[in-house]
Amino acid sequence: MNKIKYSIFGRSKLSGDFIFEALVGLFALGVIVLAFLLFRELFIESQLSRNTFGLGFLTTSTWNPVNEVFGALPFIFGTIVSSFLALLIAVPFSLGIAIFLSELAPEKLRTPLSFIIELLAAVPSVIIGLWGIFILAPFIRDYLAPPLSTYLGFLPLFQGPMYGLSMLTGGVILAIMIIPITSSISREVIMTVPTHQREAALALGATGWETTRIAVLPYARSGIFGAVILGFGRAIGETMAVTMVIGNSPRISASLFSPSYTMASVIANEFTEATSKLYISSLIEIGFLLLVISFIINIAARILVWKLLKVEGGGVT
Amino acid sequence: MIWNKRKIIDRVMSILTAACVAIAIIPLLSILYTVTINGISAVNIDFLTQIPKPVGEAGGGLGNAIQGTFIVVGIACLIGLPVGILAGVYLCEYGQNKFGRFVSFVADVLTGTPSIVAGMFGYTFIVLYFGSFSAIAGGVALSVLMIPIVTRTTEESLRLVPGSIKEASLALGIPKWKTTLYIVLGTARSGIITGALLSIARISGETAPLLFTSFGNMFWANGLDKPISTMPVQIYTYAITPFPDWHAKAWAGALVLIILILILNIGVRFVTRRKYGV
Repeated sequence: MNKIKYSIFGRSKLSGDFIFEALVGLFALGVIVLAFLLFRELFIESQLSRNTFGLGFLTTSTWNPVNEVFGALPFIFGTIVSSFLALLIAVPFSLGIAIFLSELAPEKLRTPLSFIIELLAAVPSVIIGLWGIFILAPFIRDYLAPPLSTYLGFLPLFQGPMYGLSMLTGGVILAIMIIPITSSISREVIMTVPTHQREAALALGATGWETTRIAVLPYARSGIFGAVILGFGRAIGETMAVTMVIGNSPRISASLFSPSYTMASVIANEFTEATSKLYISSLIEIGFLLLVISFIINIAARILVWKLLKVEGGGVT
Repeated sequence: MIWNKRKIIDRVMSILTAACVAIAIIPLLSILYTVTINGISAVNIDFLTQIPKPVGEAGGGLGNAIQGTFIVVGIACLIGLPVGILAGVYLCEYGQNKFGRFVSFVADVLTGTPSIVAGMFGYTFIVLYFGSFSAIAGGVALSVLMIPIVTRTTEESLRLVPGSIKEASLALGIPKWKTTLYIVLGTARSGIITGALLSIARISGETAPLLFTSFGNMFWANGLDKPISTMPVQIYTYAITPFPDWHAKAWAGALVLIILILILNIGVRFVTRRKYGV
C-alpha cells in the first residue's frame, strides 16, 4: 500500500529521476556546446584575416609575415598533395590487411595481428616524427629516391635534388600513420558482411579469394570507402610527424622531392612566433579551414560507415 | 587446368595480403627498436628526476616534463572524464530521441578534430582570456580530444549491459536513476575504465594541442596558471635542434613516453580482453 502511494504521489522518486536525466542531459548538451564553441572561437578570431584577404586567402601563394601578405595556397596544396599521396600508398595496404585479417588468415593469427597493427596508432605522433627525421628520411633519400629518379625521372614528380625532408617523406609517414585506422575500420566493415554471403559463394565452389572478391568486397564497398575517407581526414589533420619531415618550405613544386608545407604544420611552427594580429588571425583562419574540412570529411565518412555498422551503434573511432 | 589457375590465384592473393600485414608491421618494429636502442643509454635516475640543463652542459633530465605531463593530463581528466562519462550515460539511457542521436553524431564527428585545432581552441579560449600560456589551457585543449572518445566508449560499454539486469532492478521498484547509477554503471565499470584509460593513453602523447597552450618551461611547475613543460613538447623541442646531445635526450624521452603509453594500451587490453576504437 505504502509503496504504491509512494510511486504515484511521492515527489522524491519522480524528482530523483528528473534531476538525474536533466544532469546527464546537460553533459550531453556539453558535447554539442563544445563543437559549437570550437567553431565560434576560430570563426571570431579569424575575422580580421577574412576581412582583409577575403576569398583571395585561398588562392594567394604569397606568405610574407614581414609585409603582412598572407595566402594559404601553398599550405592547402601541401596538405592535399601529401594526404593524397598517403592514401595512394595506404589504401592498397589497408585493403590487403583488412582482407587478410578478416578472410584469409588462419583464425588464430587474426586477433594478435590486428592488435599489433592497431598498436601503431597508439604511438605518439611526435615519436613517429622523431623516427621519421632520423630513420625514415635518410632511408628514403638513400634507397627510395635514387631508383625513382633513375627510372621515373622523366616525370616532373621525381625531379630535382632530394635531401630527405620532402613531400615524399611526408606522404610516406602519413601513410604509415593512417594504415591502422583505415585497415581496422575496413576490417570491421568486412566482418559485418553476413556469413551466408560467403557460404553461398563457397558452396558454388569458389576459392577463399574468389569468395572475398565476389561475395564480400562488393557488399562492403561503401563502408570501405568510408574508411578511406576517415583515413584521409586523419591525414589532413595530422600535425607533428608531418611537420618534422616535410621540410617546411612554403612553395608549390611539382616534384615530390622538394620540401613542402602543410596547413597543420604552418600553425605548429609559426603560431607562437606570430607577432602581429593579422598574422595570428591568418593562422587561425587556416585552423578554421582545417576544422571545417575535417568535419565535412568525418560526416561523409560516418554516413557511409554507419549504414553498415548501425547495428553496433556505429562506434568507430 | 582452369582449376589449377584459380587455386594459384587464391594462393597468390593470400600471400600478397599477408605481405601487406608484414610490411605494415615493419615501421612499428623499427620505431620500437630505434627508440629503445637510442634511448636506453640516456635513461637513468637523473634523467627522470632532474630538470634540463643548458645545451653543452652534461646531465640534466626531463623530470619537470614528466611532472608537467601528469599535471596537464590530470587537468584534462578532471574536465574530460565527468563530461564524457555522463554524456555517454545520457546517450545510452535517455538518448533514444532526436537530441540523443544528434549528440551521438556530433561526438563521432568531434573525434576527427585535428589535434592542432584543439590547441588553437585552447589558445583563443583560455590563453587569450588569461593572458598567459598555462597548464590549464593545455588541459582544456587535451580535454577537447578526450571528451568525444570517452563519450563514445562509455555509451558503447553501457549498451553491452543486458536489458534483463536493468529490468530486474526496475522490477524491484528501484528508480531508474539509481538503477543506472548503481546497477548499469557498476556492470559496465570495466568497459568504462578501459575507454578512459585508452583515451588517457591517447592524449598523453599529444604534442600539437600543447605547443601554444601549456607551451614549455625549463623549470619545475610553479602554478597551474603558468607555462608548464610536458614530455611530448620537450621531445619535439629537442628533436628539431641541431645538437646531438639533445637528440639523445629526445630519444630517451621518447622511450619513457612510449613505455608509459604502451603499458597503458597493452595492460588495458590484456585485463579486459575487449577493444574499443582508437
